[in-house]
Amino acid sequence: MPARITRRRALALLSCAATPAMGQGFAGLGQDAEGFALPRPGKVFRFPEDHGPHPRFRIEWWYVTANLQTPDGAPRGLQWTLFRSALAPEERPGWASPQIWFAHAAMTGPDRHLVAERRARGGIGQAGATAAPFEAWIDDWQMTGHPGADALDRLSLHAAGEGWSYDLELSAEGPLVFHGEDGYSLKHPRGQASYYYSQPGYRAEGRLAWPGGTEAVTGRAWLDREWSSQPLEAGQTGWDWFSLHLEGGAKLMVYRLRDGAGGYTPGTWIGPGGRAEPIPDGEIALEPLDWTRIGDRRLPTSWRIAIPARGLVLETRPVNPRAWMGTGIAYWEGPVSVSGSLGGEGYLEMTGYD
Amino acid sequence: MLLEAVDIAKSFPGEAGPVTVLGGVSLSLGQGETLALTGESGSGKSTLLTILAGLDRPDRGEVRLGGMALGPLKEAELAAVRRGRIGLVFQQFNLVPSLSVAQNIALQARLAGRHDPDWTAALAERLGLGAHLGAYPETLSGGQQQRVAVARTLAARPEVILADEPTGNLDEATGDAVLGEMLALVAETGAGLVMVTHSDRLAARLSRRLHLARGRLA
Amino acid sequence: MIRWSAAALLSHWRRHPGQLATLLLGLALATALWTGVQAINAEARASYDRAASALAQSDLPLIVPREGDSLAVADYVALRRAGWQVAPVIEGRLRLADGSARLVGLDPLTAPALPGSGGETDPARALRDFISPPGELRGHPETLAELPAETPGRRVATEALSPGTLVADIGTAARLLGMGDRVTRLLVLAPPGPEVPPLETIAPGLREAPPSPGTDIRGLTGSFHLNLAAFGMLAFAVGLFIAHGAIGLAFEQRRGAIRTLRALGVPFSTLAAVLAAEALALALVAGAAGVAMGYVLALALLPDVAATLRGLYGAPVAGSVAIRAEWWAAGLGMALLGTMLASAQSLWQLRRLPLLAAMKPRAWALASDAGQRRLALAGLVLLCAVPVALRIGGLAAGFAALAGLLLGAALILPAALSAALALAARGARSALGEWLWADARQQVPGLSLALMALLLALSANIGVSTMVASFRATFEGWLDRRLASELYLSFDSAAQAAACLPGIPAEAVLPVTRAEADLGGAPGLFYGMADHPTYRRDWPLIAAVPQVWDRLVAGEGVLVNEQWARGADLAPGGRAQIDGRGWEVLGVYADYGNPRRQAMAGLEAFRALHPGLEETRFSLRISGDPAAEAARLVAAGLRPDQVTDQQSLKAESRAVFERTFAATDALNLLTLAVAGVAIFTSLLTLQALRLPQVAPLWAMGLTRRRLAALDLARAGLLALATALLALPVGLALAWLLLAVVNVEAFGWRLPMRLFPADWLRLGLLSLAAALLAALLPALRLARVSPARLLRVFADAR
Repeated sequence: MPARITRRRALALLSCAATPAMGQGFAGLGQDAEGFALPRPGKVFRFPEDHGPHPRFRIEWWYVTANLQTPDGAPRGLQWTLFRSALAPEERPGWASPQIWFAHAAMTGPDRHLVAERRARGGIGQAGATAAPFEAWIDDWQMTGHPGADALDRLSLHAAGEGWSYDLELSAEGPLVFHGEDGYSLKHPRGQASYYYSQPGYRAEGRLAWPGGTEAVTGRAWLDREWSSQPLEAGQTGWDWFSLHLEGGAKLMVYRLRDGAGGYTPGTWIGPGGRAEPIPDGEIALEPLDWTRIGDRRLPTSWRIAIPARGLVLETRPVNPRAWMGTGIAYWEGPVSVSGSLGGEGYLEMTGYD
Repeated sequence: MLLEAVDIAKSFPGEAGPVTVLGGVSLSLGQGETLALTGESGSGKSTLLTILAGLDRPDRGEVRLGGMALGPLKEAELAAVRRGRIGLVFQQFNLVPSLSVAQNIALQARLAGRHDPDWTAALAERLGLGAHLGAYPETLSGGQQQRVAVARTLAARPEVILADEPTGNLDEATGDAVLGEMLALVAETGAGLVMVTHSDRLAARLSRRLHLARGRLA
Repeated sequence: MIRWSAAALLSHWRRHPGQLATLLLGLALATALWTGVQAINAEARASYDRAASALAQSDLPLIVPREGDSLAVADYVALRRAGWQVAPVIEGRLRLADGSARLVGLDPLTAPALPGSGGETDPARALRDFISPPGELRGHPETLAELPAETPGRRVATEALSPGTLVADIGTAARLLGMGDRVTRLLVLAPPGPEVPPLETIAPGLREAPPSPGTDIRGLTGSFHLNLAAFGMLAFAVGLFIAHGAIGLAFEQRRGAIRTLRALGVPFSTLAAVLAAEALALALVAGAAGVAMGYVLALALLPDVAATLRGLYGAPVAGSVAIRAEWWAAGLGMALLGTMLASAQSLWQLRRLPLLAAMKPRAWALASDAGQRRLALAGLVLLCAVPVALRIGGLAAGFAALAGLLLGAALILPAALSAALALAARGARSALGEWLWADARQQVPGLSLALMALLLALSANIGVSTMVASFRATFEGWLDRRLASELYLSFDSAAQAAACLPGIPAEAVLPVTRAEADLGGAPGLFYGMADHPTYRRDWPLIAAVPQVWDRLVAGEGVLVNEQWARGADLAPGGRAQIDGRGWEVLGVYADYGNPRRQAMAGLEAFRALHPGLEETRFSLRISGDPAAEAARLVAAGLRPDQVTDQQSLKAESRAVFERTFAATDALNLLTLAVAGVAIFTSLLTLQALRLPQVAPLWAMGLTRRRLAALDLARAGLLALATALLALPVGLALAWLLLAVVNVEAFGWRLPMRLFPADWLRLGLLSLAAALLAALLPALRLARVSPARLLRVFADAR
């Protein structure tokens, strides 16, 4: 039988190439950094410039998740993510650009989960991001900034899949939050790190157009900005990442980088006023409570998060345990509800289970 | 009794209805006995011989070989009987043209699973075939071919030998010689012999004689 | 018991090695022809699949520029940003050491598939290697080998691409082809949703086009392969006759031995098992040999076939043959099936063999007049079905008609020959003459299978050679008229043309301006035609309205090619839709060798429709030496591929057509050879039965030499009679091919011409084949010993 490439294989190849095996814990990038810039502690962020792309770094993303409700209170989730992945640490015009862009969008309800994916190369204007005026886009998906105190304070968000789309207006109610050491976020004790800041406090309002009809939604959204060149150590196989809006206005970002042993588990506690307190590795205990089988994978979709130093024990349950992102690199991402010491809601992302 | 036929009847379809070839013939043959079946052409003697050999089945009556009735046997069982207990000698010799004389002589004994090389060699020698063992049938004279057929039959040591005009294709002198050799060997092996012939002169050389006329013993 | 039964039966072959050899040869030859054709077809199919999957775009609608041959990347981005799921493609020709290759540039991030990818251990690195300058050039090893060393790009050999096509990143292709920020076309990956703005509002200079038919090679070449497959079937049918005859004879000759064995007590089932095992072994041995020979045959023929498919259809086919189960299994299967069929029939006859009936010489097939009559009746029914199949129409029905014609004629043959010989015998004057006719008639049953094989081979030969010769004769005349200009120039730009043309001493400079257009719903080329006596005098019009040229120049209508006219039932005076606009059809012209639709308007009318189109192609009438002028132009700075003189263009076109039928010719000859072997086998095997028939004549005073000569004469007579019958069958076949199959397959009809000299040659060839086949048996008869003849009388069987 002569070799024939299938469309599916080609897609898989391209997505894998564009996100160097995120599902496998960035294994492709943990090796060496051929000319790519590396994150350094003590960086002074400049805005709006740093809202735009950093082509000298290998990977970067603009990542929005939203916990929404319909008028009758039904939970909805929404994801809008634009990734930049560089084949070389530079930008060149036209087809010669080594900057590869791809994006994922999802819309989630308790019994539905719609996913779409886009890919494009830089240099020709099909995808990219600009700091001022702020815009990040790929094809007809876009995140457009409107004038405000910070370029990210007011955003319009649009994405569309086959037979569905969403439009969301976001307005920030608090300041930008810098993770780790003033935005220098260690991913491993040995020094792998990224630049990482968020806008966790958006009010969101918009409409979701499902294949069967459109519904109005309101709720909260969280934006992450992160860029890096060598985020994971070779032994790290993936992560479980939470962004939670809690009762009383506090927020929690916590993630565990799995390495087959205890893992690396830092976090950020964000007070109701937006003040960020890093939580060092070791102070947070993550424990799976329930598992979901999707295909031949087993995923821990319910969790207990314990932070003894703060007297907190939270349990998260998925809005839709089958929120599988069957994209080029596959992962689980979906809205969760929070109970325990504090109620709340948020998003869970789990990679490396593929 | 070695071979018994009781009330054998056989008819064949003809243009004006069935033609009765055998109309109730009975005979018996003891060990070492030689029996001549004579009659005109069309008297039914060859048909009787095929029925005795189990090559055809009678419409009525029964053939018993050593007390065993052939009637109920299946085709494969009949073939086994023919292979192991009956020897046939034909007017046209019926040798396998692509086998050598030696192979033809050994053929039935081998098929029956009782090939005895010494006995086969002795037979060939007795019948004057020793110089022709490597030859093929088409190079032999008629008398030699019939001697090969006789040797083939006797090599398998059958209980009964059924011969259909074995000398019919030979000139008189050769025929007499072949018949003499055959009778002598049959006597030595103690087999029974039924021979169809239209020659009274040849029939006289056998121990008993039955004459068929229009399908009945005369 | 089985062992000794088998030994007795198989000893036949040891005694008759010649017979074994002919049986094996016949079966092997037939299998070889069948397998060879299957292998060629399988290779071509695989190439098409590769081509189709490689670019995975044959079924996708396109977006193309309304004018010109490229569109701006900015338009692509605008469409993307408006929600259109489209992928850009750059396509052009890249020069090779000898000729050029098609270079396809794809964007790996949006293209539906990337040929030669998959299974990379490091996909990120693979993507970087593909994209990063100088970029990869992927191609079939044959193509890469011809790529000039100075062409930049990392060579990556892949069998996933067919020869003649290179695939690269769109950026690499843009650099190599000098496309800058333009691309050739866009593939529409998914239909736009309801909220997506229409194409006109985003990029008014672009239009949607149906999937490119140029890539639908499989449909185009289907008829060509059907032709080949029909030939393979024919060859195998001929081979089956041989196998049937040889096996039947082997059974027949062993009837005595089989009967003896049964009398000696071997059950029929044992014998049947032995004989079936023997047939199986023979089929396996001959089949394996045949498959191997078929492979060699395919290796020998494929380069021609590949060149044909490339030349005629632009279908890329590799010149090498891969060993694929689909053809060797088919070959072996057919050999097994044929042998088993033949031996099953023989076994059935043996089963009914009376054990002690006197053994008479008996022909082993078609013994009775009644049998011949039954066959003839079946043949007549088949012939009657031919017009019915024609009425149904379509390519498949056309081939069904072909099959009915050939098979029907073959089945009628024995009865027809018998009748003819009986008639001839009535007119015979001498006793010997009477005997000769009667004897020939007596031989018909025994030879009928071989003669049927000969009839099939001869008819096919006459039919196909008539078609090819008609094709060639028509094509030559058409070429002269269609390629009337002496020189053809293709400039890179209108500016280059303007600079260059005035310096050429031409009597006339005729622009060849054209654009891709939607011709009645199918894509094709639309030309603007200058008004010049060259065209008025020579253009190969098949049908036209009065004053066609004046009206064309006046812009009152268009000319369409025969393919479009036949496909859409257009006739002069009718209406044709071009890019949505209706035109009167002023004429229909012959356009052989082109699979697509085509139309021509007057030059002014065309220019008015395509105001922005650069005119870069010209045909020139010159009175001097075109070759010298071409050389001068190349010396003056034009590239060799920009200048074509009429002579080389004609030679190239002729070469394509010659190659088209090279494979057909070869198969034709081989089929005839197989039929010759069939006759030889039959005669050789009939010889054993022949002695009793000629012995009385020998006894009556005819010499053996005379008898042998008469046998030769008889064989020649039968072959000639068969050839005579094959003539009308072959002509009917030619008519079917030209008037039905070609029209269905290619869309054009050629006038049928008759070539009696060819028939004479073929008649002599079949006579020679029959005489050659009869020679050995006749020689044997001349040298048979009197003793063996005498024994016929001694063994009054």
